[in-house]
Amino acid sequence: MSDSPLPEILPHGADGILLRLGLSARESTVAAVQILRAAMEDACPHGVEEIASSLTSVYLRFDPARTTRAEVCATAQSIARGVDLSATTLPAPRRRWTIPVVLGGEHGPQFDEMVRATGHSDQRAREVLLSARLRVLAIGFAPGLPYMGLLPEAWDVPRLRDVTPKVPACALVAAVRQLIIFTNPTPTGWRHIGQTAFHGFQVGRDPATALSAGDEIRLEQMTPADLHGLQTDNPDGLGGARCEVLS
Amino acid sequence: MTGGTLILHRAGPGVTVQDEGRPYRLAEGLSRGGAADRLALIEAAALLGLNAPVAALEMAMLGCDVTCTAPTRLALTGARMAADLNGTSLAPNSTFWMTPEDRLSIGAARAGTYSYLTPAGGIQTSEIIGSRAAHLTAGIGKPLQAGDELPMGEDPDPNAPPMILRVENRLSGGSVRVMPGPQSDLFDAETRARFFATEFRRARTGNRQGVRLDAEGPPFTTQTETLASDIIQPGDVQMTGDGVPYVLLSECQTMGGYPRIGTVIAQDLGRVAQAAPGTSLRFAEVSAAKADALWRSEADQLIALRKSVQPLRRDPHDIPDLLSYQLISGVVRGDEQGGTG
Repeated sequence: MSDSPLPEILPHGADGILLRLGLSARESTVAAVQILRAAMEDACPHGVEEIASSLTSVYLRFDPARTTRAEVCATAQSIARGVDLSATTLPAPRRRWTIPVVLGGEHGPQFDEMVRATGHSDQRAREVLLSARLRVLAIGFAPGLPYMGLLPEAWDVPRLRDVTPKVPACALVAAVRQLIIFTNPTPTGWRHIGQTAFHGFQVGRDPATALSAGDEIRLEQMTPADLHGLQTDNPDGLGGARCEVLS
Repeated sequence: MTGGTLILHRAGPGVTVQDEGRPYRLAEGLSRGGAADRLALIEAAALLGLNAPVAALEMAMLGCDVTCTAPTRLALTGARMAADLNGTSLAPNSTFWMTPEDRLSIGAARAGTYSYLTPAGGIQTSEIIGSRAAHLTAGIGKPLQAGDELPMGEDPDPNAPPMILRVENRLSGGSVRVMPGPQSDLFDAETRARFFATEFRRARTGNRQGVRLDAEGPPFTTQTETLASDIIQPGDVQMTGDGVPYVLLSECQTMGGYPRIGTVIAQDLGRVAQAAPGTSLRFAEVSAAKADALWRSEADQLIALRKSVQPLRRDPHDIPDLLSYQLISGVVRGDEQGGTG
């Protein structure tokens, strides 16, 4: 484990620390974050009240009445040393979601443009998206909004310079080897490639937030007629998505 | 048994129910939210003799007119708004009795931004995801308007006399302490030094998510080109693409891609939230060790404040009709309950 990267441990408020593995979301960094977050969740360090992650870091919020910054930093460092953060295999997912989507056409007006940017044929691009074993890398910006990835290198396409003024709620968008399903109508530089009826956050639902970081995501093709049906009859807001508990 | 209902007859555009918010949901992308000035909720709990803060009405810049259907004590804390009960003005940071015959009128802010009206039994609307607080960016709750009726809990100590709390002024800007954060080192030493030497003004742009600060001089930028979005939290001072600082408040997002120069410590965040547009603010650098030493739990803050609460003595000049008081028999609690009209 001597080559294993170790996180920088940085203060984040008087009750928090950030374990940072990089400043940009490289593949190795994203994988290391998943491993480190799972290790922190398993270890439950004393006095730590909340664990969350971004694409590049793991955040720990502690109760300064029960522990100290020095103690949390030391424990976190020791946990980080105990795992192989250079491993290429992610911790096994606890849940697998299958989410129906319509790709391209009027429900994904920027799908063709995205396909051209990847250099794939239309059919190949669909195959890649529908066979990908994605992970929820982080939930953030808005409640329940998932960042999913990473797609293969060919999908490392930058965000659009000109922001699309509004993509609808439940839109599937793509950029920088990642996919997002928006939770609300949103202006975005990500390309709108498909449409789901999956609401990642719904106030009246229990739990309101459907996905968790680490969950496996598979996309499943549906027809525009299926989508229309789910949009008009969608009491749980999951848009036909299925969840299997794996462990 | 319930404590009656609070009825709104007029409401400014930024009146919402707020409590301590929804902690522990960062991993779900839901920021804690809750009162923009958390200390004002704690002060209200101290004034009302409560063991923990309860849900209150938060009023941004403009207040509301209310009546109630059952007698209760209420506390008024936070921004100083023109407030009167049946025409008699109320002292800031104090409690008062209110009965169904009374009408409370709260006007515009004279100092500060966020004022809090707290019934002694708390506002008892249904909890959503563990809290009663409106979180507008998450689509939870909504601004209140005339005609809204809010259930109140029963006053646990309805005979307690009116109380007052002297609080340190945090309504008119001034110096705010900032500790280093994960991205402070992305700013070069010159930019950091300039940030701490600059006098800012709270801009007109601002809400419960955060406030923009304006200043003369060049922007506060970094050399970092490709910065991945990372976890953000209330108090963080982020620099937008133009290098203009925003201080994040309770309803901020949970991840953001703008570089952050540091974090306003929790004790001073109320000073930023309360600064009205145009108010001057400066930042003072403190180390993480110093910030840690200054940290106090909200429970301890409440215990300390409860010891500072004093009985409210009315200045005779403020009393419009001395004859309506029982001067002979001295303090008779029930008499004041009917108001002073």
